[in-house]
Formats: sequence, structure tokens, C-alpha cells
Amino acid sequence: MDSSSINKEKLHVLAVDDSEVERAFMEKFLKNCDCQVTTAENGARAMEYLSLENEPGKSKKLKVNMIITDHSMPEMTGYELLKKVKESSTMKDIPVVIVSSDNIPTLIKKCLEEGAKEFMLKPLQQSDKQKLRSHLKEFQQLIGK
Amino acid sequence: MDVVLLQRRFSEYLTSLFNEGFLDEQFKQLQELQDENSPDFVFEVVTLFFEDSERLLNELAKALVQPSIDFQKVDAHVHQLKGSSSSIGAGRVKDVCIHFRNFCEEQNIEGCLRCMQQIKHEYSLVKNKLENLFRLEQQVIQAGG
Repeated sequence: MDSSSINKEKLHVLAVDDSEVERAFMEKFLKNCDCQVTTAENGARAMEYLSLENEPGKSKKLKVNMIITDHSMPEMTGYELLKKVKESSTMKDIPVVIVSSDNIPTLIKKCLEEGAKEFMLKPLQQSDKQKLRSHLKEFQQLIGK
Repeated sequence: MDVVLLQRRFSEYLTSLFNEGFLDEQFKQLQELQDENSPDFVFEVVTLFFEDSERLLNELAKALVQPSIDFQKVDAHVHQLKGSSSSIGAGRVKDVCIHFRNFCEEQNIEGCLRCMQQIKHEYSLVKNKLENLFRLEQQVIQAGG
């Protein structure tokens, strides 16, 4: 029996970061956490992608199970993206993780209060994998995947 | 040359890069992400870093020769460079970026120009070192390692 047939479906994560280098890093990091990954270079593109899944007849595969976004991005910050997601009736239940190189308690508090599931410091390390994996497990159980 | 000797040359060179601060712990994170699914991951991300850095250094050079320097623009570019250098573990480049950002905040032209020179220098050093590293790695692979 092929073990992959009893494996749960992989979680689909949308990773948002304006830096190509950091997107590449994040994508691999998430793939190593056993996720399916789609990347977006800014908040606007992320919102576009997220809206796609709400179109009738769209493949179930597009459904995003988690968003992980950089905070410091031009035009739309990670916090602003978080707000938009939480304001949307169709998207508000998607867990959002914010990553930032800035360890600013007021920013962290603001993001968590706005509904971010987690705030993590960049650059991500192997030790962060544990934290992320346990959130992913939680999300997997929530959506029955 | 004997593959064991080549491997030793590679390891010793890599260690020296850590000892001299060209690379920091984050580079190890990059190495840990590399696997059979992405056997050239480190090389690919570092290549992205080179391309991205060269673009940013050009933008910085342009921004710093303007009659009236837009410090916010300069800071935005340095912030990007700090992020990407931090992600791949280019410690010395990252450190100069931190100083550079402080000078941007102070709107200190002298300081910014000095940092620009330093960053160009550190970047060309780490680029050279990493290219040597990849060359040594290729020699190991070609010798059957």
C-alpha cells in the first residue's frame, strides 16, 4: 500500500514578501514543513489570489489554508493585509502569521489584537519550524485535512 | 586531486568564512533547507541574492547622487538589502546595513556615503568568497564526492 494515499492532504500556504530572496527562502522553509506553497510579492497580489478561490467553479486546490506574510512591505504592510483579510467575510477565518525583522512589542501586540495567529521574527530558523508545525497541525485538524 | 582532500579544502574554507564573519548562523539554516528535492537550493538563493543586491546597489548609487537626497528612498533600499543579506547569512553586509539605516534616520549624508562605500566593499568580498566556495564544492562533486 502506498503510504502517500493515507497521508493527509498538504496544507496550502500563501507566502507574501516583497523580497525575491526572502520569498525563495520562505517557500523552501514551508515546503520542508510539508506544505504546498504559493507566493505573492505584495499585499495586492495576495488579495487578488485569495479572491480567486471565491469564484464559482474554481478548483478546490486553490483554497488557501494559511497566510504567512512579511510585515514591512511598501504600499501595503503585513498588518494592513491582515486587516483586509479579517474584514472579508470569505477570508476572515484564514489564519494569518506575520513575520518581521523588527522586534517591536507594540507592533506585535497590534497584529495579535487584529487577529494574527502568530508573530515570528525573521530570519526564520529551524527552531521556528516546531512552532509553525504545531500551528499547521492545529489548522489541519480544524479543516479536517 | 583526491576527493577527501578536496572535501577537506571545502570544509576548511567554509569554516574560515564563518570565523571571519562573512557568513553567520543563518547560512547554516540555508544549508539545512537543501535536500534531494532541491539539491542546488543554496546556490540558487545565493544567486538570487547577488542579482538582487546588484540591483539595490545601483539604486542606492543613483539615490545618493541626487542634488537633494531622498533619505526615505535610500532607507527603503537599505532595508531590502538588510533583509536579503540577513536571510542568507551574509553577516558583514547585514551589519553595514544596520549602520546605514541609522545614518538615514539621522539624515547624515557623510555617514550614508561612507556606508555606501563599505557596503560595496563588503558585498564584493562576500560575493567573491561565496563564488570560491561554490567552485570548491563543484570540484568535490566532480571528483565523485
